[in-house]
Amino acid sequence: MNLLKRAAGIFWMALAPTSLWFLISTALQEVAKKPVMDTKIQWSVFCLVFIPISVGLFLFGWYAWKGEYDELPKSSGELDVD
Amino acid sequence: MKSLQTRNPIWQVIGASSVGTLIEWYDFYIFGSLAPIIAAQFFPKTDPTAALLATLATFAAGFIVRPFGALVFGRLGDMIGRKYTFLLTLILMGGSTFLIGLVPGYASIGFAAPIIVLLLRLIQGLALGGEYGGAATYVAEHAPAGKRGYYTSWIQTTATLGLLLSLGIILSTRSHLDADAGLSVQKFEEWGWRIPFLLSIVLLGVSVYIRLRMKESPLFTALKASGKTSSNPIRESFAHRSNLKMVLLALFGMVMGQGVVWYTGQFYAQTFLENACRIDFGQTRTILIWSIMLATPFFILFGWLSDHIGRKWIMLAGMLLAIVSYRPVYQAMLNTASTQGLTADPSLERVDRSMSPAQGQDWSLVHVTTHRAFPNGIVEKEVRKDTLYHDERPVLSGAPKVSRELPSDKYRWMVMLVFIQILFVTMVYGPIAAFLVEMFPTRIRYTSMSLPYHVGNGVFGGLTPFIAVLLTTMNAHDPLVGLWYPICVAGICLAIGTLYVSNKIDPNVND
Repeated sequence: MNLLKRAAGIFWMALAPTSLWFLISTALQEVAKKPVMDTKIQWSVFCLVFIPISVGLFLFGWYAWKGEYDELPKSSGELDVD
Repeated sequence: MKSLQTRNPIWQVIGASSVGTLIEWYDFYIFGSLAPIIAAQFFPKTDPTAALLATLATFAAGFIVRPFGALVFGRLGDMIGRKYTFLLTLILMGGSTFLIGLVPGYASIGFAAPIIVLLLRLIQGLALGGEYGGAATYVAEHAPAGKRGYYTSWIQTTATLGLLLSLGIILSTRSHLDADAGLSVQKFEEWGWRIPFLLSIVLLGVSVYIRLRMKESPLFTALKASGKTSSNPIRESFAHRSNLKMVLLALFGMVMGQGVVWYTGQFYAQTFLENACRIDFGQTRTILIWSIMLATPFFILFGWLSDHIGRKWIMLAGMLLAIVSYRPVYQAMLNTASTQGLTADPSLERVDRSMSPAQGQDWSLVHVTTHRAFPNGIVEKEVRKDTLYHDERPVLSGAPKVSRELPSDKYRWMVMLVFIQILFVTMVYGPIAAFLVEMFPTRIRYTSMSLPYHVGNGVFGGLTPFIAVLLTTMNAHDPLVGLWYPICVAGICLAIGTLYVSNKIDPNVND
């Protein structure tokens, strides 16, 4: 199971830039098709909010690949945040 | 801790938290439900700057400000306490909603109107971002181990009940402003839309009174007494790898799927009924109201069940059911409201015409309403506004707007189809507060759980109706194409959740 978790990490890492590229290319196509302010704002907001989410997905994949999720903490008290 | 609980019995805690959260959702939804009327009052399309502000009000408030509010108020909640933070979010939300009801229209004060409304809408988004995490944390920190899912599930009903309340009040106000139904709608669009906003001040007063009487969360009080509260919850939540990886897991392994299922069942369903099935305004709302009322007890059922069998599989089962059934359910909705291949009975066709002359112009508007009855019981109403010139020029026909009324058997079936979708919502949403609370330690719980919740619901979920409609516009030949967005997001979340999320219930959140 841990091997699968780690291998899937590579997929999540690849999915992050792929989805972002898909979003940005769709945004450019849609803005080119209808270059009015409404379309530009709408797609800018979509891209703006999804860029950090894609970074997060990449990071999630990285952690998975590195085996950070092999053993989850059994209680929130185990999280070392002090 | 025991003495605090004695003074704050759990039902009082749940009641105080739920009423406030319900009102916040009500406040947030009435703006969305009345968006076309608000646009006409404050953001006229003829003015490009006002139209620009309208777009900002729609997108920025929902998608950018909500997660930002989660950070701002989550930080406050972890530093000064849950009680005062979610009291503040309540006042901000209720106050800004009430003020929207008072802002004069664009016709009276020009640009100031859309700017004020945009600012108030941003405050609403900010407050909503801070409210939910506080309420869920507050209830969970009072709940005994083994009943956390059950008790927090009451908080989970508030988003749906807030929507129900907003639909009920709007529908009721819209139909009670005049004895004549048409005039009542007209009055509602002129000034009656302000009533649901102004009513918010009464609801705010009641819930502030209730919340002021509540005590701080016992776990936070103990933490504060021992001097262990966090001095920088944002850094501790997102700069420490051990916690950040759990935030990411919460978002990608559960909340983003929950968000799209929630918004598909309760918002996209409404858009689909009106735009694709062309069901009339009133019936669309009552279909949703019935479905919500029938499904709401299931939030409690699945919250309770999650205490016994774990949270993970209930939520993932809800996602799986949604993924496999969305297309057949929406196809059934289309079929139920279809008149394709049927011929209307010509003997029952009725055409009503009324004329309203345009003052000082050489033309009049003719309102033409045609009622057609189909053999399957559906009554179609086609409304058209023609321009009749007072000289020799030919009549200029307006674009027809079609709406349908379903007969009672089809109406009940449509309620059932929407109910099924809300049932999936109850599966993914009922246990999620307990799931999130148990993932993070007390000192940074408010911040850590609020951000993934509002990114998952505000961004992934909130974008569902827009992206689904956008996909439909881009591929007009397939009316179900919009469903691929929630299906794909929920599918990725299901895979991540199945692989990485634990089904174990943390018995002790006092850490």
